[in-house]
Amino acid sequence: MSNAIPMRELKVGEKAKVVAITAIGELGRRIRDMGLVPGAELEVVGRAPLQDPVALRLTGFTLSLRNNEADYIAVERV
Amino acid sequence: MSKEIKVALAGNPNSGKTTAFNAITGARQHVGNYPGITVDKKEGFTKVGENRIHLIDLPGTYSLTAYTMEEIVARNVVADQRPDVVIDVLNAGALERNLYLAIQLMEMGAPIVLALNMMDEANKQGMKIDIDKLADLLNVPVVETVARTGEGIQELLTETVKCAAKNEGKKWEPLSISYGPDLDPALNKMVDLIEKNNLLTDRYPSRWTALKYLESDDEIMQLGREAHPVSAELEEVVKSVSKHLESTLATYPEAVIADYRYGYITSIIRQGVVTRLDAAADRVALSDKIDTIVTHRFLGPIIMLAVMYLIYQVTFTFSETPVGWFESFFGWLGETAEANMNDGLLKSLVISGVIDGVGGVMGFVPLIMFMFLQIAILEDSGYMARVAYMLDRVFRFFGLHGCSVMPFIVSGGIAGGCAVPGVMAARTLRSPKEKLATLITAPFMACGAKLPVFLLFVGVFFEKNQAMVMFMITMVAWACALIVSKILRNTVIKGEATPFVMELPPYRFPTLRGLFIHTWERTWQYIKKAGTVILAISILIWAAMTFPNLPEDQVAAFDAQKTVVQEQIDAATASGAPVAELEEKLLSVENEEAEATLKNSYAGSIGVALEPIMSPAGFDWRTNIALVGGFAAKEVIVSTLGTAYSLGEVDPEDASPLAERIAQDPNWTPATAIAFLLFVLLYAPCFVTVVAIKQEANSWKWAIFSVVFNTALAYTVAVAVVQIGKLL
Repeated sequence: MSNAIPMRELKVGEKAKVVAITAIGELGRRIRDMGLVPGAELEVVGRAPLQDPVALRLTGFTLSLRNNEADYIAVERV
Repeated sequence: MSKEIKVALAGNPNSGKTTAFNAITGARQHVGNYPGITVDKKEGFTKVGENRIHLIDLPGTYSLTAYTMEEIVARNVVADQRPDVVIDVLNAGALERNLYLAIQLMEMGAPIVLALNMMDEANKQGMKIDIDKLADLLNVPVVETVARTGEGIQELLTETVKCAAKNEGKKWEPLSISYGPDLDPALNKMVDLIEKNNLLTDRYPSRWTALKYLESDDEIMQLGREAHPVSAELEEVVKSVSKHLESTLATYPEAVIADYRYGYITSIIRQGVVTRLDAAADRVALSDKIDTIVTHRFLGPIIMLAVMYLIYQVTFTFSETPVGWFESFFGWLGETAEANMNDGLLKSLVISGVIDGVGGVMGFVPLIMFMFLQIAILEDSGYMARVAYMLDRVFRFFGLHGCSVMPFIVSGGIAGGCAVPGVMAARTLRSPKEKLATLITAPFMACGAKLPVFLLFVGVFFEKNQAMVMFMITMVAWACALIVSKILRNTVIKGEATPFVMELPPYRFPTLRGLFIHTWERTWQYIKKAGTVILAISILIWAAMTFPNLPEDQVAAFDAQKTVVQEQIDAATASGAPVAELEEKLLSVENEEAEATLKNSYAGSIGVALEPIMSPAGFDWRTNIALVGGFAAKEVIVSTLGTAYSLGEVDPEDASPLAERIAQDPNWTPATAIAFLLFVLLYAPCFVTVVAIKQEANSWKWAIFSVVFNTALAYTVAVAVVQIGKLL
């Protein structure tokens, strides 16, 4: 757990594993619906021209979310 | 014996569900609305042997919570319509995530058939799926399909019929999975309470209801409270287990439930269901690679601008000819009526009310078709999601969503669009608050019908800087739309931004059939409207501009004048003298009569009555009538001004006599001209747009709000301009 960082800090091209989701309510729900649960592996594949939102590659699909939504996701680099 | 089997089609967005629906039903489908909401309701039929299949397309969802209308609709259809079978279409390439919905459907108890779609792409990604094992572990039929080519669809239907026959007359058997040592005891306790009191058991399986209580699902808890007081006991159980989870694991039931569901899925997948080999051609990876260019920091916005411009060009260039056909057709219809009907009210009603009204609306049809065709291309190819992704940061600041850009552009964000298809383009927005703000502000854009007004006044007052002023008007429209959105989202449409979390689907070529169906169903909805609400309103506006008739003595006075001039013409013709001047005189008498009639009508009375209110903005009764007429269609503003200035019907395309009159009228100063331009830019959307807003917002309240609010805003701005102009 000591290596956990907010997902916002990941750079394009970095891979990470989800450690915890701290969002509640609708946001928490939507994040989990997309398969972002503890243990899920992801890679940051891009950022929008204004650096926000961010694009993530998960198993079999690409997902995008805003930086302030990524703040609720703790990851550790792999 | 032939039987009807009721089948619901479920699946994630981007799983190819719509393609599968089209592949199964072909053109035999019907699109409607679920009552009270804007979620499309699609149904279709097909035959398998003796059996008739009634297919209900559920909205694409990732889950079955109460957070979006789509999810509520999906689960209510399953619970209330009790389909014989639910087909769940899965994107095989993202199997784990797609199974998340399947598990929830199975927990509702419906007999289910899984369609592992896009198997060709999954194979190319290097995925091998053991479908027999999957079917075995989940205990449901599994069929491989490629909906785009139709592969596997027949087999899917055969399995569906088999599944229906097997489960006929049987009770639904909901799947029951473990939610761990903390939640399971609570769940069991709740199930006991629910079953003892029959809480909602006619609609939902008891364990499912208990789960929804643990997930604090507003809709189900509301239903529960209304149904039975035991609901309070259930809520107590939830409260105590929530407290326990928070103190021991710093988590809450909803999160635990999701984790266990994914855990269940992973445990199945890991039993050798999926093997991943090296990818031959991974479409998702390819898509990500394309995105490094298409959403590149510098190239991305440039490509996007080019695409937007192209869409705009194609729509308005290609639709020009068919729009011309519609216009000539309705022109011909009008002339035929003119030639064959007796003069009188009925004739006036048929020509000015019905033909001009409906014709004006039908004239938009080709425009709307081209617009929807291109939006369908953008959506089906996956580019629309990238546009939202690139622009979200900007639009979010104003309380909007990345997807708001499309409605703005189409409405006239590049001068010359049209708010009707623009407002309808907002359908792609899934966030209700952002969508509402977009619907209300998109009509501020400089649509094609406002342009003649702008050109006329800019030509008169800003002759030297025409292009500059026209550009400024477009910029003002954007500024107003964005700023007003921001204000609305902080006041009447207040609320947190809807989460953006969105899939970026892999790029793909849209199928022709899909494009055709999407374009047609949206266009058809529009045509249906033209025949009903819009016809009624256009008759109303006709009546306002026709009644009451001029008092008889005035009509007689005009007739007398006309007779005198006519006699002079006859005499001149007989003697061979030139008649041109006299004919002009006759025309001017007729135009004066038209002016008097208009001023005397209800619309005219409104115009006169509005003078005290509108004079701070510098508008006289003529301008007021024109603005009232502009509510029917903004094109009407110039022609009504013409009538009000006794110039007869002015052709909006060539308004030079009117320009001269306006230049001479001391009432018009540059300040009032600017006030007028801004007023026209911002005030109430034309009624076709208002009807479209009603449709998209699904409420007359917001449609009326757009009329009142936008007019009030326009008025405030116009008055401010004139008053400041006076000070300078």
